[in-house]
Amino acid sequence: MDAAGVGMVDGRKPADRVSITYLEAIREAQNKALREDPAVFLYGQDIATFGGAFKATKNLAKEFPGRVLDSPISEDAMLGMAVGAAIDGMRPIVEMQFADFSSIAFNQIINQAATHYWRTGVPCPLVVRLPSGGTSGSGPFHSQNMESLYAHYPGLVVLTPATVGDAYWMLLEAITLNDPVIFCEHKFLYYHLKADSLPEERLPIGKARIMRGGRHATVVTYSAMLHEALAAANELARDGFEIEVVDLRSVKPLDTDTILASVARTGRLLAVGESFPWGGVTAEVVSRIAMEGFHLLDAPPRRLNCKDTPIPYHPNLWAVHRPTAATIESSIRDLLKQ
Amino acid sequence: MIQSASIEGLLPTGVTAERFAEGFRWMLLSRTVEDKIAALYHAGKIVGGVYLGRGQEAFSAALGMALQQGRDVFAPLIRDQAGRMAFGDTVLSTLRTYLGSVLGPMRGRDGNIHRGEPRKGMPAMISHLGAMVSVVCGVLMSRRFKGETGVVGAASIGEGGTSTGAWHEAMNMAAVERLPLVVAVANNQFAYSTPSTRQFACDDLVERARGYGAQGISIDGTDLAQCIATFDAAVSRARAGGGPQMVVGRLLRLCGHGAHDDASYVPVELRELAENRDCLKAARATMLTNGWASPHELELMEAEAYEQVQQAVAQAQREPRPDPARETWMPLASEWLMEGNLQTA
Repeated sequence: MDAAGVGMVDGRKPADRVSITYLEAIREAQNKALREDPAVFLYGQDIATFGGAFKATKNLAKEFPGRVLDSPISEDAMLGMAVGAAIDGMRPIVEMQFADFSSIAFNQIINQAATHYWRTGVPCPLVVRLPSGGTSGSGPFHSQNMESLYAHYPGLVVLTPATVGDAYWMLLEAITLNDPVIFCEHKFLYYHLKADSLPEERLPIGKARIMRGGRHATVVTYSAMLHEALAAANELARDGFEIEVVDLRSVKPLDTDTILASVARTGRLLAVGESFPWGGVTAEVVSRIAMEGFHLLDAPPRRLNCKDTPIPYHPNLWAVHRPTAATIESSIRDLLKQ
Repeated sequence: MIQSASIEGLLPTGVTAERFAEGFRWMLLSRTVEDKIAALYHAGKIVGGVYLGRGQEAFSAALGMALQQGRDVFAPLIRDQAGRMAFGDTVLSTLRTYLGSVLGPMRGRDGNIHRGEPRKGMPAMISHLGAMVSVVCGVLMSRRFKGETGVVGAASIGEGGTSTGAWHEAMNMAAVERLPLVVAVANNQFAYSTPSTRQFACDDLVERARGYGAQGISIDGTDLAQCIATFDAAVSRARAGGGPQMVVGRLLRLCGHGAHDDASYVPVELRELAENRDCLKAARATMLTNGWASPHELELMEAEAYEQVQQAVAQAQREPRPDPARETWMPLASEWLMEGNLQTA
């Protein structure tokens, strides 16, 4: 084991590897949690021998016999079961095959898990892993982002890691929390996003991170949209615009102070999210800055989300349905003109 | 008062006189508590709704008696006052919750039949029917992970609740994992106002047990002796590794859905059927017929239950109500993650 506590990845030590993906970081975090805490177990569809639809639990059933269990296709009962185990002292991690299917478990998450500590004083420590967000060709029922829905309910912590390091460290921290955590991992980042190694630098849950400093405008975003925003900022830098990009990391709690401080430096705000435009995280960000930082703004704050339709299947449609580097860049240019 | 030493005899079900008398006492106490709560409700003393188990006491008490608090888990539903107390809940906890005492288990944050004490093996129900069955499955999975054996989990449901997807998912899961789960299905013929004919189409809900891979038995839910014998056996089978058990009790809800409901939709002729008898009256008659209590002794028991309830009401009424200024308004155990508590950079 190296200093970061990372074990074998696909039979190789991290030192032997050229890189680690976002998905592998999630697998490694679960591996470490299973190794270090006997209260942790994994429950989900096809996650045992098969290793999960995305292979986020590959080899874990073999390494931890009896602690990585296939569930029936019963999202409601999966979460109910996790709540029962959690309030009895276990630390279940439930994998939803796709975030979209957590709608079946919605009741158990928001009414059972989220209310439990407040109602009874008994903590309900569990993690629901939601493979979230759009990938080309996935269509209306395998592409959704649920963070805004879950963030609406008291009693939940909702995390949206955008980097390999955050996927690893935030999942590990989530498992130690005595509260139900909705862990929104982005499918688009699973294979595409790589790091040379797992960074030892870690920020605690609840802190946003300034990914890129700037003085002309602030883009607040999270999850896969972070990378689109960074690409947009790169483009704008060619024209001399310095765009500050804030990665929320956690949408609940929402680190309002870091956003306010950034807007105080730039005077302009664009909030970008991949989820549907009515309400949600970007609306929350804009409303907070309008309320608490109106005097800091040199221009009306803006929001950019996906279109207000179900998520399309065909790549031609999907490519323009969600925000991209190009549409973010265009929105920032409009913001800079105001 | 009757002394246990004076109780002799055995019912055809194999239930001893002593055990039958214990069941009768829980039923009597439950009816007494609920009559008082209903009266308080109609006097405007209760915050929120009141849900009664009138007519279901035998079925409920027998389940609670078959379980062992400290070892087993029981997720009661809204008509389980008798079973809750047989499992370890108290008259005082009941009144504290209904009257909104901050000393009750829910501290004014939730009320009435939602009370629970998870650390004592009694999860606090949510209103969404069927949702507690998988929670009991989870506690049983937890015990299995910890290597604890001989633990039984029980959950109550009504015939209406068996129409939910949550119930189906949990029953299937329990069977797949072969969990020591006992599910008590009280078929009280009405889900709020909806008759069973609009709820399910099989002859008897127990037919579903086989489909799940559970063991099913259907009984007269008004017959205390039969209820005790059935639940004792079902719990024993589950404890011995026999997998999920489904007990369906036929009975009639002898009250409205809640105290606000006069149940005028229940046809009078249905109420008059012998099979829809009042289980408490039937158990009382059995006590008398078998000579296990004299009329005078029964009156003493009734007076004692009444006094116990009166004392609990008086105590709970004197206790403080929740104070919004002292409420923590803290839904997270990880308090530092509440916005407002986040440390600034």
